[in-house]
Amino acid sequence: MSTLETASKPVSTPAAAVQEETPSSTDPNRLGERLIRILIPVAMLGALILLWAWYVTAYDVPHYILPSPSRVAKAMIEDWHILGPALLVTLKITFTALALALIGGVALAVLLIQSKWIELALYPYAVILQVTPIVAIAPLILIYAPTTQSALLICAWLVAFFPILSNTAQGLKSVDHNLLNLFELYGANRWQSLYLLRLPAALPYFLTGLRIGGGLALIAAVVAEFAAGSAGAGSGLAFRLLESQFRLNIPRLFAALILLSVTGVLIFFATSLISHLLLHKWHESAVKREN
Amino acid sequence: MVSTIEAGGPEAGAPAERSRTSPARPLVSLSGVSKVFSNGTVALRDMSLDIQPGTFVSLLGPSGCGKSTALRIIAGLGEATSGSIDWPTSEFDASGQPHPEIGFVFQEPTLMPWASVFNNVRLPLRLKGKSRSASREDVMNALEMVGLENFAEAYPRELSGGMKMRVSIARALVTRPKLLLMDEPFAALDEITRFKLNNDLLHLWESFGWTVIFVTHSVFESVYLSDRIVVMAARPGRVVADLAIDAPYPREDDFRTSTVYNDYCRDVSNALHDAMDEKADA
Ligand SMILES: Nc1ncnc2c1ncn2[C@@H]1O[C@H](COP(=O)(O)OP(=O)(O)OP(=O)(O)O)[C@@H](O)[C@H]1O
Ligand SMILES: [Mg+2]
Repeated sequence: MSTLETASKPVSTPAAAVQEETPSSTDPNRLGERLIRILIPVAMLGALILLWAWYVTAYDVPHYILPSPSRVAKAMIEDWHILGPALLVTLKITFTALALALIGGVALAVLLIQSKWIELALYPYAVILQVTPIVAIAPLILIYAPTTQSALLICAWLVAFFPILSNTAQGLKSVDHNLLNLFELYGANRWQSLYLLRLPAALPYFLTGLRIGGGLALIAAVVAEFAAGSAGAGSGLAFRLLESQFRLNIPRLFAALILLSVTGVLIFFATSLISHLLLHKWHESAVKREN
Repeated sequence: MVSTIEAGGPEAGAPAERSRTSPARPLVSLSGVSKVFSNGTVALRDMSLDIQPGTFVSLLGPSGCGKSTALRIIAGLGEATSGSIDWPTSEFDASGQPHPEIGFVFQEPTLMPWASVFNNVRLPLRLKGKSRSASREDVMNALEMVGLENFAEAYPRELSGGMKMRVSIARALVTRPKLLLMDEPFAALDEITRFKLNNDLLHLWESFGWTVIFVTHSVFESVYLSDRIVVMAARPGRVVADLAIDAPYPREDDFRTSTVYNDYCRDVSNALHDAMDEKADA
């Protein structure tokens, strides 16, 4: 029909072009770069552990002050029957809270953008809940909630909820006006604009909220358990940590601490990975700059 | 000046088949349209304009004279403060809309970065509830028209500026609109690409019999493309001249070097300067 293809007829199909762009493991340069990316942090970690072990033996530090790495490892294995279930409890609270925060945050954000009035009415309360320190609300929640578990869940949810809400709401509102015009021009209804335009446009913002919320959910789960100070079968890592401190079982305290930070790091990586997978095809933040 | 300030029906001279003087009812008719923004800016004052079906009309004028505003109002994006927009040939309100199928090309490509080229072009059909498989052929046809059929699966960020603009044109064409509104679609492109897209646009226009309203601030581009140029002035935005470009189509690159073309460019240029002087006087 028309004559315009000449200037930009691709030599290879775009599918092939796209494949070339993704890092392929056969490319020696890429492989080397990836190895270095893994090797450097691992080597650094090894060096730090060695330094720690050396310090403890060289200066004869008592194990109730600073246990050696091997003692911590031993405690991890021997006390796993205590730490494992505690980890599970903490994980359950964290992820349930995060999942609920995700649903609640997105749903409320969608509700907020529907009308100025709803936003004016509801948003201040979301802010109040967020700015009041969770440790201060925790005792009250402990009184009202039917079980300690549910109280911890509510605390973690409250903390994780806000960043997801505020980021998503921001994202839903910062849609390109021309795209909104385009949707209006083609007679899109509310649902179509939300589903095809606002939600995808808000995705990067939502994922930022998720990354923040994920980290906060774990922190809140731990802090709330400190505040609850409950004992028993259903206690999480935070309680085990406090307990180890009272009993001066410092190796176990370290083991519990390590489990907490590993969990935090894994949450961070998981949310970053999700973010990368969802955005790498189009969003500036996830696309490698090639000039 | 070739013609005088007059909206709608100038004197003789236009070719019979797409003549502005033809008795056919206009496709769209603006009468006394004004637009005042909430901050008090008078973007348009008392603009009257009849667009005959099948014509290629350019709105030409300095920056800020209300070209985009006028185009948006025609498209139904944003109400006029006063005046009316009529669609006298009302055969097209099957969809419930008071105006025919409109294709709109914005000043920027305005693509959804998260969607592939295919899905971007498919959007208008999708919003009308057409399934993916049912739209496939239309989308590929539209992409073929702009020469991007091999890039259906690419993402906007993988395209050059000109290619993005062509995607946006394909999206405007996919519904086979009767009326194509284009807001400086080629302003950001280099001259070679612009010339090429100009030719492609003319080919498509001639073969499909669309009506095109084309906003530009380039005298040369407007003369090359249009059979009618509406010159606007700023502050307040208004129509100051309405010129017929009576050169036959098809116009190819050699038209750019013809004397007819150069004469028209000079005339239009003068009209534009008059318009800007007028503004200084006002
Ligand atoms: N949303 C708005 N609010 C207030 N004033 C506006 C708004 N949009 C446009 N204007 C004003 O209306 C006038 C016309 O704007 P418009 O965008 O139609 O100009 P234009 O002819 O398309 O200019 P350009 O060639 O630079 O795109 C300008 O003076 C501008 O300042
Ligand atoms: Mg404009």
